[in-house]
Amino acid sequence: MAEVLVLVDSADGTVKKATFELLTAARSIGTASAVVIGAPGTAAALKDQLAEYGAAKIYVAEGDELLGFSVAPKAEALAAVAAQASPAAVLVSSSAENKEVAARLAFKLGSGILVDAVAVDGDASATQSIFGGAITVQSKVSTGIPVVTVRPNSVAPVAEAGAAEVVDVAVTLSDAAKAATVVDNVVEAKGSRPQLADASVVVSGGRGIGNADNFKIIEALADSLGAAVGASRAVVDAGWVDHQMQVGQTGVTVSPQLYVAVGISGAIQHRAGMQTSKTIVAINKDPEAPIFELADFGVVGDLFQVAPALTEEITKRKG
Amino acid sequence: MNIVVLVKQVPDTEGDRKLDPSDNTLDRAAVDPVINYIDEFAIEEGLRLKEAHGGEVTILTVGPERATESIRKALSMGADKAVHVLDDALHGSDAIATAKVIAKALGSVEWDVAIAGSEATDSRSAIVPALVAEILGAPQLTQARKVTVDGSTVTIERVTDTGYQSVSGSTPAVLSVVEKINDPRYPSFKGIMAAKSKPIDVKSLGDLGLDAGEVGLANAWSQVTSFENAPPRSAGQTVKDEGNGASAIADFLASKKLI
Ligand SMILES: Cc1cc2nc3c(=O)[nH]c(=O)nc-3n(C[C@H](O)[C@H](O)[C@H](O)COP(=O)(O)OP(=O)(O)OC[C@H]3O[C@@H](n4cnc5c(N)ncnc54)[C@H](O)[C@@H]3O)c2cc1C
Repeated sequence: MAEVLVLVDSADGTVKKATFELLTAARSIGTASAVVIGAPGTAAALKDQLAEYGAAKIYVAEGDELLGFSVAPKAEALAAVAAQASPAAVLVSSSAENKEVAARLAFKLGSGILVDAVAVDGDASATQSIFGGAITVQSKVSTGIPVVTVRPNSVAPVAEAGAAEVVDVAVTLSDAAKAATVVDNVVEAKGSRPQLADASVVVSGGRGIGNADNFKIIEALADSLGAAVGASRAVVDAGWVDHQMQVGQTGVTVSPQLYVAVGISGAIQHRAGMQTSKTIVAINKDPEAPIFELADFGVVGDLFQVAPALTEEITKRKG
Repeated sequence: MNIVVLVKQVPDTEGDRKLDPSDNTLDRAAVDPVINYIDEFAIEEGLRLKEAHGGEVTILTVGPERATESIRKALSMGADKAVHVLDDALHGSDAIATAKVIAKALGSVEWDVAIAGSEATDSRSAIVPALVAEILGAPQLTQARKVTVDGSTVTIERVTDTGYQSVSGSTPAVLSVVEKINDPRYPSFKGIMAAKSKPIDVKSLGDLGLDAGEVGLANAWSQVTSFENAPPRSAGQTVKDEGNGASAIADFLASKKLI
C-alpha cells in the first residue's frame, strides 16, 4: 500500500491532536507516514506518540536551519521526503502556516492542492465547506500527488499501533528557501488555555459583554470547560481583545465539539467561522438574535446572570 | 520604492453566495462583487509605504471585466495606476494557476514589494501570496500585522498562534497583511474624481507570454466534482432564563457528554 505523508504538528514534545486525526485519515488512504520537521532532537520525544496512532514510518528532517527561515524550508523538506517516499497523498492540518507550506509543496510537486477539507476519502478526494458553511463541496486533485490541508477536529482520532520506523532525511536548503529570515520568535499569549484554531471547546464573547473588563466572565466560563477563548469582530474592533481571537469570515474558522456564544448576535460573517461546530450553545438576551437559529441549545437571558452561574454550575458538577 | 498591491474582486459576504451548477465555479451573477475586504488593508499599507518612502502604487488584479469596479475603488483610495489581467481563458483557474499569472504579471511592472491581503473571503485558502513567492523565489513575508522598511530590507511581524515572529528579507519581496494592520482610508471625493483618469493597463494572457493551456477550469490541477447546499442547521431548544438558565445548559451539556 502506498504511503501517505502526514506533517506532524507538535509543541513542547507533545504531538497535537490534529496530527492524530491526520494519521487516522491517512490510514484510510494507505499506510501512514509521519514527517517531523524541527530542531535537532524533536522527533525522539514524539516517536512513541506517533506510533500509538499508526505511524508506520517517521521521516525525520531536523536542523536549526530549518527553523531559521520562514515557511519555505518546511516545503523543501516535505518535497525531499516526497521524492523518497512517492506518497499517494500528503496531509497537513489547516493552520495558516501549514496551508502556506502545503501550497509551496504542491507547486514543487506539480500537484493540485485542496485546502480546508472537513473530510477526506480513501481516494484522497475531499469534502470542503465553503461560503461560511452554506455549501458543501466534493473535490479532487486531478494532477500529481494530492496535497490536502484538513481542518482540525474533522476526523475522530483512532489509536492503532504502528511500527514507527525512523528514516532520517537530509535536507539541503536552496537559496530561495533562505530568503525570509526568522529574526525573532515572540510568545505573547499568556496563560495555558488551548489554542483557538484546534480546540475541542470554544467559548466566545460578543459585544453584549459591554466592556473589556467584563471579558473575564467569558474567560472564567472557558476555563471551567477547559476551552479556548474567542470573540466576535465587534469585540476585536472595540479593542477589548486581540484580533487573533476573532472567529468568523475574516478571523479564525473553528469546528469544535462545543461552541458557546455569549452575547453574540450571530451575524452571517460570524457564523462563517463557527457554524460547522458539532454542538452550539448560545446565551443572548434577545430572543430574535439569529444565533438561536443555529444553536442546539439556547438560553434567552442576561449573560451577566447566566454565564457566571453556568461557570459555577460546571465547576460544581466537575467537582 | 515601487509597490504593487494584489487586489481580488469577490462576492459580497452579505449576499447569498452560490456556485454555478453548470461548471461548479463561482456564480458571479448571484451576488454583487466587492473588493476583498482584507485587500483594503493591503492597499492602505501600500499607500503608507509610498507616503514614507516615495515611489508608485500599482494595483494588480486578475479577474473578469467587472473587476474594473474594484480597481477604480483602489485607485480612488490613492493608488497611481493598475494592471488588469483579463482573459476569458482564465475562467475557473485554481489558486496555483492564478499565482502563476500574478507572478508573470509582476514581471511587467517595476516593484520592490508586492502586497496582498492575507486571504480572500470567497475561497479563504490564503495560499496565493505564498505561491507567488515560491514561483518567483522571492522572500515570503506573509501574515504581517506590521511592516517596516529599511533600505532594501523589509521586516514584518508575522502573526502566529501564540504571538508573532519577526521575519525579514530583501526586496523584491512578497507580502501579505492581516486585517487590522491599519485603518484603511475612505476614498475622498477628489480621489474618486482622480481615479477616473488613472491608467488601467489591460493585459491578456498572450500579452504576458502565457498560454491558455496553463490556466482555466480545464487545466486546473484540482476540481470541484459536485456540491450541494448544506442543510440549514436546525434550531434546537431555546429556554428563557428564569434563574434556571445555567443549570438547563449544564443539563444539556451533560446529556451530550460534553461535561
Ligand atoms: C467583510 C466583513 C467581514 C466580517 N468578519 C467578521 C468576522 O470574522 N467575525 C465576526 O464576528 N464578525 C465579522 N464581521 C462583522 C459582523 O457583521 C458583525 O458586525 C459582528 O459579528 C457583530 O458582533 P456581535 O455579535 O458581538 O455584536 P452585535 O451584533 O452587536 O451583537 C451583540 C449581541 O449581544 C446581545 N446582548 C447584549 N447585551 C446582552 C446581555 N446583557 N446579555 C445577553 N446578551 C446580550 C445582543 O442581544 C446582541 O445579539 C464582518 C463584517 C464584514 C462586513
